[in-house]
Amino acid sequence: MSNYLLSLAIWIPIIGGLAVLVAGSSGNDSKARGLALLVAIAGFLVAIPLWVGFDKANGGMQFVELANWIPRFNINYHLGVDGISMLFVVLNSFITIIVVAAGWEVIQEKVAQYNAAFLIMSGLMNGIFSALDGVLFYVFFEASLIPLYLIIGVWGGPNRVYAAFKFFLFTLFGSLLLLLALMYLFIQSGGSFSILDWHKLPISLGAQIWLFLAFLVAFAVKVPMWPVHTWLPDAHVEAPTGGSIVLAAIALKLGAYGFLRFSLPIAPDASHELSGLVIALSLIAVVYIGFVALVQADMKKLVAYSSIAHMGFVTLGFFMFSSMGIEGALVQMVSHGFVSGAMFFCIGVMYDRVHSRQIADYGGVVNTMPKFAALFMLFSMANAGLPATSGFVGEFMVILGAVKFNFWVAVAAASSMVIGAAYTLWMYKRVIFGDVANHHVAELTDVNTREFAILGVLAICTLWMGLYPLPFTEVMHASVTDLLRHVAISKIQ
Amino acid sequence: MFDNFVVPDLLPAAPELFLAFMALVILLIDLTVKDSRRTLTFALTQLTLIGCLVIQLGTSSGDVVYTFSNTFVDDLMADLLKIFLYMTVIVVLFYSRGYVMDRESMNKGEYYVLTLFATLGMMVMISANHFVTIYLGLELLSLSLYAMVAMNRESVTSTEAAMKYFVLGALASGLLLYGMSMIYGATGTLEITGIAERLQSGGVNKSVLAFGLVFLVSGLAFKLGVVPFHMWIPDVYHGAPTSVTLLIGSAPKLAAFAITMRLLVNGLIAMAQDWQAMLVILSVLSMAIGNLAAIAQTNLKRMLAYSAISHMGFMLLGIVTGVVNVDGQFMLNPFAYSSAMFYVIAYVLMSAGTFGMILLMARAGFEADELDDLKGLNKRNPWFAGVMLMLMFSMAGVPFFIGFFAKFSVLQAVVAAGYMWLAVVAVLFSLIGAFYYLRVVKLMYFDVPTDPAPLTASLDMRILISANGLAVAFLGIFPQMIMALCAYAMMRSF
Repeated sequence: MSNYLLSLAIWIPIIGGLAVLVAGSSGNDSKARGLALLVAIAGFLVAIPLWVGFDKANGGMQFVELANWIPRFNINYHLGVDGISMLFVVLNSFITIIVVAAGWEVIQEKVAQYNAAFLIMSGLMNGIFSALDGVLFYVFFEASLIPLYLIIGVWGGPNRVYAAFKFFLFTLFGSLLLLLALMYLFIQSGGSFSILDWHKLPISLGAQIWLFLAFLVAFAVKVPMWPVHTWLPDAHVEAPTGGSIVLAAIALKLGAYGFLRFSLPIAPDASHELSGLVIALSLIAVVYIGFVALVQADMKKLVAYSSIAHMGFVTLGFFMFSSMGIEGALVQMVSHGFVSGAMFFCIGVMYDRVHSRQIADYGGVVNTMPKFAALFMLFSMANAGLPATSGFVGEFMVILGAVKFNFWVAVAAASSMVIGAAYTLWMYKRVIFGDVANHHVAELTDVNTREFAILGVLAICTLWMGLYPLPFTEVMHASVTDLLRHVAISKIQ
Repeated sequence: MFDNFVVPDLLPAAPELFLAFMALVILLIDLTVKDSRRTLTFALTQLTLIGCLVIQLGTSSGDVVYTFSNTFVDDLMADLLKIFLYMTVIVVLFYSRGYVMDRESMNKGEYYVLTLFATLGMMVMISANHFVTIYLGLELLSLSLYAMVAMNRESVTSTEAAMKYFVLGALASGLLLYGMSMIYGATGTLEITGIAERLQSGGVNKSVLAFGLVFLVSGLAFKLGVVPFHMWIPDVYHGAPTSVTLLIGSAPKLAAFAITMRLLVNGLIAMAQDWQAMLVILSVLSMAIGNLAAIAQTNLKRMLAYSAISHMGFMLLGIVTGVVNVDGQFMLNPFAYSSAMFYVIAYVLMSAGTFGMILLMARAGFEADELDDLKGLNKRNPWFAGVMLMLMFSMAGVPFFIGFFAKFSVLQAVVAAGYMWLAVVAVLFSLIGAFYYLRVVKLMYFDVPTDPAPLTASLDMRILISANGLAVAFLGIFPQMIMALCAYAMMRSF
C-alpha cells in the first residue's frame, strides 16, 4: 500500500473529480458537494502517511514508483518525493479540503463542475510535485492550466475572460520553452527523460545558460517574478475565492519548486553565474511590488501583490545557495500557503456579504464581525511577518541567510518587513477599525460555523508553524543539504 | 503478342479490387432502393469498408511487395495508413448520416458511391509507386470530391466552393504533372523506386531535376493545403456541405502524407537538401498564416480550415527532419517520419471529432457552423461541451490529449535533427494557435447561450462523438501503442 501512496494522492482527486461530475450531472448539487468533500478528505488522508512515514535522515527520493509509460521515447511513470516536495503534496491535499469547504454555500451555479475542476487540479498538482520524469512533470504542469482556466473563466468576476486568457497564454508561453529544454536534455543525456539522470549530466556552460534561461522563463511566469507577474493580480481579482486560494497557496509554489528541481541541480554553474540576475529580480519583487501593494484600493489585488513580494523572498532564498536561505524559502512557501489562503478566504467572507472588494467600501467591520476581525487580525499579522506566526519564521531565516551572503541584499530584504507591515496593517486598519462606514457594514453578520471552522484550522496551522517549526524544517534538512552539496560541484567537463 | 504478359500478383491490391467491385455493385443495387433513408446503401457501404479492413489485416505481410509491374507497392506504411483510412471513412459516414438524410439533394446513392470512389483514390495514392498511379489515385479522389462538394445543388456557396475547388485543384494537378514530366525528362523513368536508383547512380541533369522538383513540391503543397498554396482550403471547407467538409478535412490528409512520402522520400531522397529547404519555408509560412488568420475568423469551419493549414505545416516539420546530414552523408531517420505519421493520424482523429460536433449541432435546413453557435454549449449539454473541450485542447497541444503527444513527437524529431530555431518558431506559433482554441472553450463555457434549448442528438451520434472524444483523451494518456505502430511501420518501409 505504501508503495502506491503517491499514485493514490494523484489519482484519488482526479478520478473522484470525474465521479463528482457524474454525480452532479442530474443537477443534484448537495450530492456533488458531499462527494467532493469526501474525495478531498480521502486525498488528504492518503497524503498524511507521506509525512508520518517520511524518513528524515534520507535526503533522496522516497515512496518511489517506476513503470514504463511511453517506451517509444523512454518516458516513465516515475514518481517520488524528497524533503523538498513532500510537504507540498501534503499542503496541497490539505488546501483542497479548505477550497471545497470555502465554496460550500457560495457557489450555487454548476456546483459539480466547480468542485470537479478543483479536485482534478489538486490531483494534477500532486503529480507535478511528485513527478521524477521530465515529460510526466510537463504533462501535469501544463494540464493543470485547463481547470484553472475554467475556474477563472466560469465562476470569476466581471473581467474574467480577459484574466483567464492572460493567465493561460502567459503560463503556456513559459512552459513551451520548458518543453524544448526538456527535449534538449533528452538528446544530451542519450535518451533519458529522468530528472534524476539529468542532475548527473555534465553540460557545458553555454548550454547550461540557455537551459537556465528557458527554465527561468517557465518558472518565473509561474512564481511569478517581476516583470512577468502581471497576470497574477488580474487572475486573482477575477477568480472566485476558491480559485484565489489555490492560486496563491499552491499554484505559485509550482514555479518556485521548479527552480529547486530543475534550475539549480541541472544547471548549477549557470545558476551561480546568473544568481545575480535572479537576486536582483527577487529584490525588485520584494521592494517595488511591496510599494505597489501599498497603493492598491482593491483588497484582493493588495494580497495578490503581497503574494508576489513574498514569493520574491522565496526566490531570493534559493539563490543564496545556503541551507538557511533555501530552508527559509521553503518554510516561507508553506507558510504563505496557509496565510495567503486565509487572507483570500477572509476577503471572500466579506465579499460574499457586501459584494465589494474595495477597501473604501468598508470601515468599522469589527463592530459587526468581532470574531472575524480577531482571526483576520492574526492572518494580517502573519502576512506582515510578526514573530510567533508562520510568516515570521521563513522571512527571518531568509534574511539571516542574506546577511551572510551580502549585507546590502539583507538590508533590502529586511526593508520588506516594514513595507509588508505597512500595506497589510494599513489595509486592516481601514477595513476593520474606525466607525461603521455604511449601511452594508452595519448589516454584516459574523462568520458562521463553516467559515469559523475553516479560519480556525488555518489559524492553528499558522500558529503551529510559527511557534514550533521543527516538524517542517527537519524533514527538508537532509534533502536541502544534498541539493547544496550537488549544486556546489561544477558540471562543466 | 501476349508472350511476356504475366498475371500480376493481385493479393497486395486485394482491398482496392474489392472496394472497386463493391462500389460498382452498390451503384447498381442503389437503383432498386426505394427506402428514402437509403439504409441498404448505407449499410452496404459500411460493410464494404469493414470488408476492406478485414482484407487489409488478412493480407498484410509486413514486407515491401511490388506488383502490377512495379507501379503499385504494398508496405507496412501503406497498410497502416489504409487501416486508419477505412476507420476514418467509416466514422465520417456515421457522422454524416443524419445530416445527409435531412437534405433532399444529398440523400442519393451517389453520395455513398462517390465516398467509396474517393476512398479508392486515396488507397491508390497511398500505395502508388509510379507517377501515373499517383496521378490516377489523385484524380479519382479529386473528381469524386468535386462532385460531392457540389452535391447540395440549391446552395450557392456550395456551388461556388465546388467551382473554386475544381479550378484550383486542376491547376494543382497540372503543376504536379508538369513536375513529373520534368523529372521523367531528367531520369527517363516514371517509376518512383527507379528514379531513386537513377539518381543514386548519378549522371542526371541536376537543373532539370531541380526545376521539376519545384513544381512537384508546389503540387504537393496544394494537395496538403500549405501556404502559399492554401487559398482553396478556407473557401472549400466553408462552402462545402459540412458532411463533405468532414470528409475533405480528415481522410485525404492521410493520402496526401503518403504521396509526399512516396515522391520525396522514396523517389527523390537524393534531392533531400533541396526539398528540405522548400518544406521548411512552406512549414513556417503555414504555421504563421494558418494560426494568425484563424484568429480573425467568425465561422467555425473557416477557423478549422486555417487550423488545418497550420497543422499540416507542423506535420511537414516531421518530414523535413527525416533526413539528417551527418558530415555530408545523408542519414535516413525513420523515427522522424513516424512522428509525422503519428501527427497526421492524431490530426485526423481530432478533425473528425470537431466536424462531427458541427454536424451534430446542425438541424434540418440550417447549419450551425458559426462560432457564436457554440455559445453556452455547456449549459445546453455539458457532455458535448466536455467533448469539444477535449478536442480543442487536443488541437492546441495541451496534455493529456493526443494532440500534445503528436506535437511532442514532431518537436522531438526537430530538436534531435538540430533545428532548434525551427522548434522555437513552431512552439511560438502553437502559442498563438492556442488563443483561438481557447476562444472556442470560452464561448462554450463562459458565455450565455443565444438559443437556450438543450442540445440533443440521436443515440448513435451520441455514442460516436463520445467515443471520438474519449479516444482523444485515452490515446493522449496511452499514446505508446499508435506511436510504436507508426515507428515500426516506418522502420520496415524505409
